[in-house]
Amino acid sequence: MKKSALQYWLRYYRAEIRAALLIQLQYRAAFVIWLLEMIIEPVVYLVVWSTVARARGGEVGGFSPEDFAAYFIVFMLVNHFTYSWTFYVFEERVRTGKLSFRLLRPLHPIHSDLAFNLTYKFLTLVVMLPTGIGLTLAFHPAFEFTAGQVLLAVPAVALAFGVRFVFEWAYALVAFWTTRIMALNEMYYVILLFLSGQVAPLSLFPDWVQTLSYVLPFRWMVAFPVELLLGHLDRGQIIAGFVAQAAWLGLSFLLLKWLWARGVRRYSAVGG
Amino acid sequence: MESDSAAIVHARDLTKVYRVPVRESGLGAAFRSLFRRKTRDILAVNRISFDIREGEIVGFLGPNGAGKTTTLKMLAGLLYPTSGTLKVLGYPPWKREKHFLRQITLVIGNRSQLVWDIPAADSFELQRAIYNIPRDQFRETVAELTELLDLAPLLRKPLRNLSLGERMKCEIAGALLHRPRLLFLDEPTLGLDVTMQRRIREFIKYYNQRYHATVLLSSHYMADVEALCDRILVIHHGQLLFDGELDELIERFSTYKTIEVQTRAPEGDLSRYGEVIERSDGYVSLRVPRKETAKVTERLLAELPIIDLTVEDPPVEEVVERIFAQGHAGPAPDEEAERAPGTAGGRGAS
Repeated sequence: MKKSALQYWLRYYRAEIRAALLIQLQYRAAFVIWLLEMIIEPVVYLVVWSTVARARGGEVGGFSPEDFAAYFIVFMLVNHFTYSWTFYVFEERVRTGKLSFRLLRPLHPIHSDLAFNLTYKFLTLVVMLPTGIGLTLAFHPAFEFTAGQVLLAVPAVALAFGVRFVFEWAYALVAFWTTRIMALNEMYYVILLFLSGQVAPLSLFPDWVQTLSYVLPFRWMVAFPVELLLGHLDRGQIIAGFVAQAAWLGLSFLLLKWLWARGVRRYSAVGG
Repeated sequence: MESDSAAIVHARDLTKVYRVPVRESGLGAAFRSLFRRKTRDILAVNRISFDIREGEIVGFLGPNGAGKTTTLKMLAGLLYPTSGTLKVLGYPPWKREKHFLRQITLVIGNRSQLVWDIPAADSFELQRAIYNIPRDQFRETVAELTELLDLAPLLRKPLRNLSLGERMKCEIAGALLHRPRLLFLDEPTLGLDVTMQRRIREFIKYYNQRYHATVLLSSHYMADVEALCDRILVIHHGQLLFDGELDELIERFSTYKTIEVQTRAPEGDLSRYGEVIERSDGYVSLRVPRKETAKVTERLLAELPIIDLTVEDPPVEEVVERIFAQGHAGPAPDEEAERAPGTAGGRGAS
């Protein structure tokens, strides 16, 4: 990338993040509600699974109550970092024609969404981190972080975010073809709930679900970095995981490019 | 039709057909539509041709659904034409190439492209980054726009706290920060009060002169068009009915003129001269067939104690309304031999 181009993007992202901060600071109440959802859900699973483990004499599928606590606390944080919501808002942009203005800017609209998403992540970290610490004190999780795991988790989380953000942005483009995408979004959410490891660690699922989770992108969006950080994976699994993430990132990009070209063509056939 | 080499907008036989789903009522029909969707083609713009030169202010006139917004959106690059040739600033607009997008702007009345939740000044900063506007030029432009549009008290308030008119001024300023060469203004004065409408009109005129920018404007308000446009394109049912100057439009499409007389005998019956449309304070307004104007004027002067007499064209609104009511190009019968309906009579054709 030429120096001037790099400068352009740096300046652009700085301005976009600044605007996003100004906007997001105005919606504190809404943010607290979204955050509560992001926090309460894993805590509920944690409590349920810990109870089940105790009732079963101390463990379920190799997970003790402390292992579950570790899994869901780390899951909550990783999920926060990779969370994306484009498909909840994209339909409105298409339906109301707001997308038109974005199309007339000399840059792809995905950039402003990325800036907005990243701003949200770092702004809400102020709440997420203390919550993680509070939960750690309350539930005594069995963490065993090595320096190597932490170092590897950083690119794994970044790639997980990349896969999720690009894949879900591409998924959101379905709105070009139908304006009733509530049901599709619900379906997506349910799939993600199970196959990203949100309801329970994927190793607790039947074999066929696990096999499915390896070939679909959802495991690589959250579960993989969580398992990596908790030391559940051996070297081969870690390498395979990174390869799968890179492959899904590439595939998602191609999917996005393909859908975007066709979607915008359709949008500009029917009018915004 | 010859092409105008200096034109920055060049449209030939531009056509847009929308394919829309047909939804019948009833549950059965809804189920059937799951499997086989019926569609129907709507011809929104039908083979229109025109050229626009740099620095012109051109008004698009037409009733709702006439095809003027569709045309503007094709020119701005938001819609791709079904057929025909279209070049804007030398680019096929629907490809939305960066160099093209940097030179244009679109303002849609009642729609906001600035961020709703933050002050306009902050949105302007974002625009600066998006369009990579040099800091000095940006400062200069903002200062100029602030003064011209009286934005100083507005820039620091969140956009959503502003009135419609105040917001529109900010929108226009935001849309011009990158100093576009070509402006698409779709109903920019929609819903604004008269003072604000005038303010915005004056500003558009100023911008056009200062930067030699080309302005394509659609409006329902004739006052906008009268005050601003050197040239108008009348579009109806997707067809270009007229392309030329406003005076020429009136010349061609008004079959009547209004003669206003002040006479010493205002109570007298003047209906033998023409249709009496108004009487007040010794003045009488008569509607007279255009071709007979000279003859009637002569008779009035010879037969009545006239103090004052003026001959006027009917208001533009009336002329345009008549064209739309007729729904076709319909020039007066005696002009039909000279100009076929639907052909462009103005600069575009020359």
